[in-house]
Amino acid sequence: MSSGSVPEFRFKAGDRVKVRKAYPLGHIRTPYYIRGLSGTIERLCGEFPNPEELAQMRDGLPPVPLYRVRFLQKDVWPDYRGAPQDTLDVEIFQHWLDTP
Amino acid sequence: MGGLPAGKVERTEHDYAEWERRVDAMAVLLMGHDITVDERRRHIEQIPPADYDRLGYYEKWIVSLGQALIQRGVITSDELGRKIEQVRGRSPNS
Repeated sequence: MSSGSVPEFRFKAGDRVKVRKAYPLGHIRTPYYIRGLSGTIERLCGEFPNPEELAQMRDGLPPVPLYRVRFLQKDVWPDYRGAPQDTLDVEIFQHWLDTP
Repeated sequence: MGGLPAGKVERTEHDYAEWERRVDAMAVLLMGHDITVDERRRHIEQIPPADYDRLGYYEKWIVSLGQALIQRGVITSDELGRKIEQVRGRSPNS
């Protein structure tokens, strides 16, 4: 994202998304265990300075859109023994999400 | 932890030690000097795995604050290392 550009929400509640399966070094908020999995946008959380940039002593601007994404627990944990409809919510920044 | 197998979660409450309160206070004060929680998390994530498992929660915070201050030139690694040795050498009653 170029400096000064206005961040746009590419997704809306209910959209299916896939988390990027990438492993860059640095401070990344996207948990390892959720990378590569698909879920559904539960809500838009707003825009926040990019923590990956804040972690490197920069201002993290422009702010980046953040979403709460809902996954099925049975998709996340191969040996999950709970109810099949159980869900897990993870807050993920937009640049970690693709259209599946 | 990070989706990896780990031990049972300890759910009991415990009082904070005085040094833990001080570390918390330092972290809050240094936030006013643009040492963000994100920057501190980056330092904590760079702790080697064996040390990461050995250190307690606020001990990891100390590591992160120390690294942030070293990067800014507020203190040097040498000063911090010597101070730690000096504190280790204190008798328990002093």
